[in-house]
Amino acid sequence: MTSAAAAAGSPAARSGARQGAPPRVTPATDRLQRLLALVPYVVSRKVVGLADTAAAFGLSERELVDDLNMLWCVELRSPDPYCPIDLSYEGGEIVVSEAESIDRPLRLGVDEASALLVALRMLAEIPDLEDRSALSRTIAKLEAAAGAAAEVSAQVAVQVDDPGAGRVLAQVRDALDRGRRIHMSYYVSGRDEATERDVDPMRLLVVEGRTYLEGWCLRAEAVRLFRLDRVLTLAVLDVPASVPAAARPRDVDQGLFRPSDDDVRVEFELSVAGRWVAEYYPCEQVEELGDGRLRVGLRTPDTRWVRRLALRLGEDGRVISPPELTAQVREDATAALAEYA
Amino acid sequence: MSRRKTERLLSLVVCLLSTGKYLTASQIREAVPGYPESFDAFKRMFERDKDELRELGIPLETGVSATPDAEPGYRIPRQAYGLPEIRLEPDEAAVLGLAARAWRRAELAGAAAGALLKLRAAGIDAEETTQPGIEPRLQTGEAAFGPLWEAVRDRRPVSFGYRGVGRSSSQQRQLQPWGVVNRHGRWYVAGLDTDRGQTRVFRLSRIDGPVTFRGPAGSVTVPDGADVRELVREWDAEPQPRRTAVLQVRQGAGYGLRRGASAVRPDPQRPGWDLVEVSFSDVGWHSEQLASFGADLVVIEPADLRDAVIRRLKGVLT
Repeated sequence: MTSAAAAAGSPAARSGARQGAPPRVTPATDRLQRLLALVPYVVSRKVVGLADTAAAFGLSERELVDDLNMLWCVELRSPDPYCPIDLSYEGGEIVVSEAESIDRPLRLGVDEASALLVALRMLAEIPDLEDRSALSRTIAKLEAAAGAAAEVSAQVAVQVDDPGAGRVLAQVRDALDRGRRIHMSYYVSGRDEATERDVDPMRLLVVEGRTYLEGWCLRAEAVRLFRLDRVLTLAVLDVPASVPAAARPRDVDQGLFRPSDDDVRVEFELSVAGRWVAEYYPCEQVEELGDGRLRVGLRTPDTRWVRRLALRLGEDGRVISPPELTAQVREDATAALAEYA
Repeated sequence: MSRRKTERLLSLVVCLLSTGKYLTASQIREAVPGYPESFDAFKRMFERDKDELRELGIPLETGVSATPDAEPGYRIPRQAYGLPEIRLEPDEAAVLGLAARAWRRAELAGAAAGALLKLRAAGIDAEETTQPGIEPRLQTGEAAFGPLWEAVRDRRPVSFGYRGVGRSSSQQRQLQPWGVVNRHGRWYVAGLDTDRGQTRVFRLSRIDGPVTFRGPAGSVTVPDGADVRELVREWDAEPQPRRTAVLQVRQGAGYGLRRGASAVRPDPQRPGWDLVEVSFSDVGWHSEQLASFGADLVVIEPADLRDAVIRRLKGVLT
């Protein structure tokens, strides 16, 4: 078991899932869930090591031993006193010799079954995924095991509707599998430019319904994300990829786009018709100005896309700072209008 | 306090799982250590314990044993409690780990982790490791996701404030939610808008303020054949392009446009520029797109699109 597996099962990972909601799982019931999983975990594996089990449950060995003692101490007093659970952990190995009543894990709840099924069905929508057969087998087995708890999951769906990505996905996967460098012509929408780059692929990301390649861009000498539907042409080169050891994949849980201190901070004032900007772009500050108008702050390493956005918005959005950018947008509009004179 | 409660709840579960017949409250008090002496205090604590076990999804049954003069009692049927046998091949366990990982830090992260814990307990070695090369992520930044998922799950009607596109304030909407769908990375809820008597789709990011439950669990019926994915797809679909525009585009610019163009040829009248034909449906939306190209693009025809782009550019200067 890995530490990632351990972290996911820990109470901390769970409580982090939903902030501000009333705690439905108390410390006592959270531990109860773990105790009820612990016995079948051991029973299904006949014999397991203390250290491995502690890691699987995200516990220290001491905490695990405390759990095992609590299970062993269960005593029912009536009609005659008896201890329904018998186990030992001598020599670092756990063996459960008697625990008939709780030797199966509790069945999956609706939230639990739905979380897995919705994610599995999302994976099944990724075009050209090699493990499609494993996915459909897993979905079928999980539906069968979850029974009625699986029904609601049909009412939650995540569509991976990324037709533009399908074209090049197989090539990118091939390059990843064989560790090859990629050459591509890539469309940078914000600047309306086609760029030529060599990229050493690191991994594929499927985030917010879109597929991205993360890789070491030799041109930028940095880790970059590329949206696959914006790849114009792509070739897998006969050159081994060599991602520098210092290149770190970005933590996508913190958001795909990370502002940097070097970025320019741009402020827009938006009319009601321009409010969509706050939904589409990661704004670090959103302030209601009344009548549905908004003031938003954005950070960007490249103001060219901001100028394009300002032209697109017209009177629905105004750049109010920095002042040089306001002036530049006016120049852009004047130059464009001159073409119609 | 918490430790004693865990011990009591554990004993209670084991006791009720071990019994075939229904145990009365008095029998439970005798068998399970940790309850107070006073019967009233016991009753209060036992009621809370029952609620907590049910909250965990433990099927606590109430019934009467088929013996003369039997009192109503409780038990946990083993069949209803236990996860049925499930075995996964290594490749299946790998995709399961990948799926569980998709929710990390999103609304159902705790549920996914809980499910994985139970499946591991059933003997499956599903690890949340990354399969080489692919990393799926679900995000639920919208505050309304949690309550709407609960409403869909429990079949409860809801109301919420909603700010439609171009509206300066939000309106209260009443909805029988049928499902939540993520499309192009955005969450939507689809269902019956009971004020309007029609099916409606709402984008979660435009929900303003809290979502309030407006009825008990089970009071929403999802009609047979209702396809929430299809409802959202229709709502989101762009209209079929019906008209053609001719654009003059500077060479080296307008890659996005050229990719979707039906024809691109050099402009014989103007060296260094191309004539690009694209189809469109909505003048307003399309004129916004075209205005963003600034002095790299001139709309030749149709006239209404040309005028709309000019208006938009003039809007920058007003």
